[in-house]
Amino acid sequence: MTAAAAVATSATLPPRNRQQLIERLAGCGFAFPAFALLLLIDIIPLAVLLYLSFTDYQLGALDTHFLGLDNFAKALADPVFRRSITNTFVYVAIVLPLAVGLGLLIAVLLHGRKRTRSFYEVVYFLPVTSTLIAMATVWQFLLHPSLGPINGMLRTVGVHEIAFLSEPAYVLPTLAAIGIWHLVGFNMVLFLAGLSAIPRDLYEAAEIDGCRGGIDRFLTITWPLLGPTTMFVIVTTSITAFKVFDTVAVMTRGGPMGSSEVLLYAIYLEGYQYFHMGYAAALTLVFLVFVLLFSILQTFVLDRRVHY
Amino acid sequence: MATSLPLPGQAHRVRPVTPASALARRMLTLLIVHGVLIAGAMFILLPFVWMVVTSIKSPPEIFAVDFSLWPKHFNGVENYGNALGKVPLLRFALNGVIVCGVILVVQVLVAVPCAYALAKLRFPGRTTMFALVLLGLCIPIQVPALPLYMGLARLGLLNTYFAIMMPFFLSVFAIFLFRQFFRSYPDEIIHAARLDGMSEFEIVWRIVVPSAWPAIAAFSVFSLVAHWNDLYWPLIVISDTHLATPPLGMMFFADAESGSNYGALTAAATVLTAPLVIAFLIARRRFIQGITMTGIK
Repeated sequence: MTAAAAVATSATLPPRNRQQLIERLAGCGFAFPAFALLLLIDIIPLAVLLYLSFTDYQLGALDTHFLGLDNFAKALADPVFRRSITNTFVYVAIVLPLAVGLGLLIAVLLHGRKRTRSFYEVVYFLPVTSTLIAMATVWQFLLHPSLGPINGMLRTVGVHEIAFLSEPAYVLPTLAAIGIWHLVGFNMVLFLAGLSAIPRDLYEAAEIDGCRGGIDRFLTITWPLLGPTTMFVIVTTSITAFKVFDTVAVMTRGGPMGSSEVLLYAIYLEGYQYFHMGYAAALTLVFLVFVLLFSILQTFVLDRRVHY
Repeated sequence: MATSLPLPGQAHRVRPVTPASALARRMLTLLIVHGVLIAGAMFILLPFVWMVVTSIKSPPEIFAVDFSLWPKHFNGVENYGNALGKVPLLRFALNGVIVCGVILVVQVLVAVPCAYALAKLRFPGRTTMFALVLLGLCIPIQVPALPLYMGLARLGLLNTYFAIMMPFFLSVFAIFLFRQFFRSYPDEIIHAARLDGMSEFEIVWRIVVPSAWPAIAAFSVFSLVAHWNDLYWPLIVISDTHLATPPLGMMFFADAESGSNYGALTAAATVLTAPLVIAFLIARRRFIQGITMTGIK
């Protein structure tokens, strides 16, 4: 109906206005499906989530009460939630420096290689494309106290076997090592892209100015010029590490004794295993606040990167 | 200080080094560099090698105390047969193909017109829409998951393909990416097409989209890898084994076996990891490009 009306009026309008009208109609029409889905998938659920977080709604419960901020107060006092926040940040604290540092090291070493570069690139990138759940079960086997080859090697060297996944002190570092294994190739590729953007004649100029040796060259040119890339890699790695879930769900289920409980796993248990929807909604909002903080940082960094 | 720019290679003559010591230094550097790279590569490859090797070993060899890399007795047929017989492995892979395929097609069909409108058309609400897209970029699936789950449960749609795919029909990232790409498309060509009497719909799909092929290809790789490997959402909405996507199927299998049958377990892991890894080895450049350009995600 509107289209017919548009055609009728457009016949009498001058061409410029006619074009404007077509653009308006086409623009709205083209954006509408995406807008409708955005409402349905993101905006309405977000509003519902906010509402739920103020209630004690449970799936299948007969009556629901408005609690105000009680869920958030409960979360602050909840030892499980506090532990999962601490564990998540410990995990990020281990993964972040190593995944970024090793990614940078490999990229710098690879950058000068010609014939072997593509081989190493494929190898290091392999974990990024592989299904983490499948590989996690293989890691579980590799790390098995009595059957796993890693402990087998330790025994041959004479070291006592280590229960990587059932000793509370070792669980997070072990999961973090797998996280690093999964991430390092991704960071390597980002750093390689950053490295190839550094003009070659800068290195030549530095050499004339008396800059010798690889380390000298790295500190005076590579590192400062890689600054924006590094910031970017740091933020994306933080977000990815913060969202750790898969390895925990498959390998440890938060154990032993809650020592590998992480934020997303806590939300998963509250929401989809215990069906405490209101409480899970409050935890999800806490999760969202952290992710938004990282994202704001990221936008800021991206902005810097563009203007560099 | 050099007043004129030196020719490449001239710089090396500045420092007095004998050829022999230079060569020795160079060899030493190469040795260290490759030593580090190979050590790292071994750490990366360890689970892959162990997975494939275990998948063709017999149980006594798997549980043997002395570790050998290559099996003395080839047990691959039994292990893979075992894995395929215990759980519908090929069904998991097929589910992965269906889910990833439909998601990708819908994502592109929805995102392309919207991205074109945001890049090239003036219409009311354009700024708002773009702001919403940017906001959407910051919201991971785990946030709307809870209300979406409740809605799907109320509609009786849990345990359906629709439930697995629905939250991903809109990719704000695709809109963002395609918009960047379309913005650099020359306006003159679009104007000329309009003068030729083409509708906006035709302009999008017949003129602009073919030129955006690299962006669409890169996005496809990103989308396929992300949804083939996603666990969180399928884990929530699917409990029926026959609808499991590859990671979820792997999880069901691992639970059922509880770590006793490593031969079959690693065989299953190999089958479910293989499609993407093989695709990666074939289209190496596209994969690296596709996954890393989405660092903005």
